[in-house]
Amino acid sequence: MMRPRFYELVREALEAEERVAVVTAEIGTVPIGPHPRHVNVGIREQLLIGVAAGLALEGRRVVAHSYAPFLVERPYEQIKLDLGHNDLGAILVSTGASYDASREGRTHQAPEDVAALASLPGWTIHVPGHVDELEQLFRGALRSDDRVYIRMSEEENHARVDGGGFTVLRRGPAGAPLVLSVGPTLAPVLEAIAGRDLTLAYLATVRPFPRAALRDALGAGDAVALVEPYLVGTSAAEVSAALTDRPHRLLALGVRNTEIRRYGSGAEHRSAHGLDAAGIRAALEQFLPGPTAT
Amino acid sequence: MTTMTTLGYDDLPALLRRLTGDEKHDWSSLSTLDALWVLYDRVLRDGDRFLLSKGHGPAAYYAVLAAKGLLPPELLDGFGGFDSPLGNHPDRVLAPGVELSSGSLGHGLPIAAGVALTGRRVYCLVGDAELEEGSNWEAVQFAGREGLESLTAIVIDNGSSTRGWPGGIGGRFAAEGWTSTAVDGRDHDALERAFTSGLRGRPHVAVAEVAR
Repeated sequence: MMRPRFYELVREALEAEERVAVVTAEIGTVPIGPHPRHVNVGIREQLLIGVAAGLALEGRRVVAHSYAPFLVERPYEQIKLDLGHNDLGAILVSTGASYDASREGRTHQAPEDVAALASLPGWTIHVPGHVDELEQLFRGALRSDDRVYIRMSEEENHARVDGGGFTVLRRGPAGAPLVLSVGPTLAPVLEAIAGRDLTLAYLATVRPFPRAALRDALGAGDAVALVEPYLVGTSAAEVSAALTDRPHRLLALGVRNTEIRRYGSGAEHRSAHGLDAAGIRAALEQFLPGPTAT
Repeated sequence: MTTMTTLGYDDLPALLRRLTGDEKHDWSSLSTLDALWVLYDRVLRDGDRFLLSKGHGPAAYYAVLAAKGLLPPELLDGFGGFDSPLGNHPDRVLAPGVELSSGSLGHGLPIAAGVALTGRRVYCLVGDAELEEGSNWEAVQFAGREGLESLTAIVIDNGSSTRGWPGGIGGRFAAEGWTSTAVDGRDHDALERAFTSGLRGRPHVAVAEVAR
């Protein structure tokens, strides 16, 4: 469970490091609890980012937290200008991901958050797939002064992958297709590729995108399947940029760019977007017919 | 709007009991119940619009819509399900009777100002905590300067705002040219008077106070 762990880590950081400050906007305020360097600005998300920038200007290492749509989308210009244009750092940590808040409806869902932030320069974007990865990445972010976005989710993989960077988990024969699984998609991807002879890589830090590592892992192959837990195609241009000089095929899977207008559970949403094991398997079967199957 | 009364105020508890799974918003929902009932039972006329900006805790809204024949009561039973048109925040494309998709706070008043520019009578319900969002105050300033007399804002003041509103909520609207009335949010006659007591040439706000 990432969210409770995050609140523990924040409380610990507030106690351990004088320069850490935390800004909330009602979400997470109670579990983080009162502290002289924790300010709840109320339901004011533009102020949330503005205050974070002001604290950063005064040398604080700021952690700002809310639901993804209220942390990234609503105060987007403040993120672009107050932080980015002013060259100030902060750690933005969101909850809710693409459809964790399935019963809450569209207003509380943000499948486009990574694409939006990735379009701004200078952001490091982490999409942990396991609670232990969240801890590693958050602790690393605290040590830096960078602009960092950490996207928590209720979906988690069965085990952590250390490092956050591009990690080859399984290497197929020369020329084998490459499946790149991002964050919490790894569990369904592993199930979907069972019996297939291909290269599998995992990635939790999606910006900066590891173009060279992807190129190396693909080797002599020409087919890449990219599985992301947010808006489909968010990193497709990065894959293309990594392979500019090589003919290649790319299958991009992710949250479809459509409003499915359903409530229900996260699992039902995952299935509706084709991001459960069955959906991924079906897409791969179309993309990688016959010869690669064993 | 065309309403067809099918059930009364006393039937609302039974309708509300059919909506389960959003208990964290119970208080938010129940604090709006009387204002919503008075609006739909006594105030709204054909051609009026009602925008629920405070989309949190819409159970009371769904129950009132069902009681007034605008939403089939059988839909209440599937609340929050994958195949249900009713969730924790209302969606106007899915739910019969719902005129605004809401749940992200601070969107309703600006939209209501746009509706009022056409001259249509529009009521918009917001919460006292929702007023923390700055977008509300852009709308309050604009509506006041434009004299949008067909706009009535209803603020449910259930004391949820993080730091409160020193000096009162109504005065902040009044400073921007609105008429304002404060009223007991459980008193149906007083609510009806408050919702219909605006003046020509000015938008109106009714602050419905609901004690916890």
